[in-house]
Amino acid sequence: MKKILEVNSFSKVYGSGCDCCFAETGPERTNICPGCGSVVAAHDVSFSLHQGEILGIMGESGSGKSTVVKSLFFDEPASWGQASFYDNGSRYDLFELNRAQQRQLRSQRFGMVYQNPHLGLNFAISAGGNIAERLLVAGDSHYQRIRSRAQDLLQRTEVLPERMDEIPRNFSGGMQQRVQIAKALATDPPLLFLDEVTTGLDLSVQAAILDLILEIQHELQTAMIVVTHDLGVIRLLADRTLVMKYGRIIEAGLTDQILEDPQHAYTQRLVASAL
Amino acid sequence: MTVAPILRLENFCKNFALHEQDKVIPSSAQVNLSVYPGRLTALIGPTGSGKSSVLNGIYRTYLTSSGRILYRCAAGEEIDLARADDHDILALRRSEIGFVTQFLHFLPRQKTEDVVAQPLYQQGVDKEEARARARATLEALNLPRRLWSLSPTTFSGGEKQRVNLARGLTARPRLLLLDEPTASLDPRTCQRVVAQIKSLKKANIAMLAIFHQMDLVKQLADEVVELSPAAEGVMGGQP
Ligand SMILES: Nc1ncnc2c1ncn2[C@@H]1O[C@H](COP(=O)(O)OP(=O)(O)OP(=O)(O)O)[C@@H](O)[C@H]1O
Ligand SMILES: Nc1ncnc2c1ncn2[C@@H]1O[C@H](COP(=O)(O)OP(=O)(O)O)[C@@H](O)[C@H]1O
Ligand SMILES: [Mg+2]
Ligand SMILES: [Mg+2]
Ligand SMILES: [Zn+2]
Repeated sequence: MKKILEVNSFSKVYGSGCDCCFAETGPERTNICPGCGSVVAAHDVSFSLHQGEILGIMGESGSGKSTVVKSLFFDEPASWGQASFYDNGSRYDLFELNRAQQRQLRSQRFGMVYQNPHLGLNFAISAGGNIAERLLVAGDSHYQRIRSRAQDLLQRTEVLPERMDEIPRNFSGGMQQRVQIAKALATDPPLLFLDEVTTGLDLSVQAAILDLILEIQHELQTAMIVVTHDLGVIRLLADRTLVMKYGRIIEAGLTDQILEDPQHAYTQRLVASAL
Repeated sequence: MTVAPILRLENFCKNFALHEQDKVIPSSAQVNLSVYPGRLTALIGPTGSGKSSVLNGIYRTYLTSSGRILYRCAAGEEIDLARADDHDILALRRSEIGFVTQFLHFLPRQKTEDVVAQPLYQQGVDKEEARARARATLEALNLPRRLWSLSPTTFSGGEKQRVNLARGLTARPRLLLLDEPTASLDPRTCQRVVAQIKSLKKANIAMLAIFHQMDLVKQLADEVVELSPAAEGVMGGQP
């Protein structure tokens, strides 16, 4: 399997920062620097991801999970570190790209599905319009082709194509997530970020969305980073898992190993409390 | 024996550091064993002697505390599974090493025949071909046909065990790990499993299996390794 992403010593600090930010924060303390009050949302995060692989990131609220994917998707600038994205024989130094290059990767080679559908969808336009918008940004301008692609995608994600002209507000939470997934998939991206995509949905709706994600991974060999605090989601989806606490990776390994033989006291507590 | 082993454990040890209870639980201690192509090594010993921990260590479901797990890959090179990169382990799981665990976490909502064919799908075998092979094994293990299109989540212990076993047998890996594969089966079904395992041996598949019934060990084992309870040394030998 080919490497698609490699992240080295990524850090994200919210605030002015000072010399002791990193020394005074971490898993045994908190993520707030006592010296300057900055939030060290992530520090020294390194990992790699292969084509078609699903990597899980778990940890409690505020541990920095979303921070990692937000920076990779250019929603937030990274403070430090380096990230390489490998695509069609080229290497992209993600944290060094200019705005235009970022927009291009975001619109064509990456897909993002947010927990909050308002972040991923334009609620003022129809479901089909949301997908069309992404295809237009990616450079397609052929009306019929865009429309039939949107139809295919909605069918694929099990949203009735008859409803493609309705606005997202008319849809249930589960359907909104499906439209987000359809939109993310529109340009066949090799890399997908999924941030708590099933959190807050009914169990049966969650199950169907998770099935859909597995099918997509199997059919399209899409690499994914799945952010969740739900161990069930991790067990079901992820090949490998990172465990984060106060912005640091405290443990990384094969998912079954993390769940059956956790090494860190914190992970042992998480796993024990989920049983 | 002139055949080279496919797997060698050298002084394998596993213990669990439980931080919350501030305890270290010793599991497997100083395990040495070899597994050969076309032969079955049986792992025996009382409950708690660390048998399952050995298999979990080889498959990397558990991290190894000390010692080496030397595996000779299809490509010829030898790698230490205790230290290999996670991605290499994932690749070996996909194509070379199979594990029939005591309890399988089934994907909910997946049909039995898909559960069994899953490893073949991952190897890129055509869907119909994979399902056909899955059904053949389910047939051989005598799992009633009416169950094939249902999810195994609601099956009885013995039915689940056959699904689990069928999955491992259908995949035909180079090295197959079996953890008490017949524990909840009746004697007749047990004999069907014996026949299947014998045919895997003929296909040159190497196996490391935990058995409790000594008659199965007699029928199937080429090597026997006994683990002793708690943190004492162990010896391997011929039966
Ligand atoms: N824009 C921001 N400004 C200031 N602090 C922020 C900002 N975004 C995130 N943080 C802080 O960074 C830390 C990590 O946040 P992040 O959203 O990555 O957490 P998370 O692990 O995704 O949590 P959750 O499970 O609640 O979504 C938190 O302490 C958070 O308050
Ligand atoms: N995941 C685990 N976490 C903590 N302790 C474990 C775990 N797995 C096994 N053990 C402990 O290790 C010892 C050996 O267990 P195991 O390998 O399952 O033995 P066997 O298969 O020989 O019955 C036991 O004391 C058991 O409680
Ligand atoms: Mg978050
Ligand atoms: Mg056991
Ligand atoms: Zn500071």
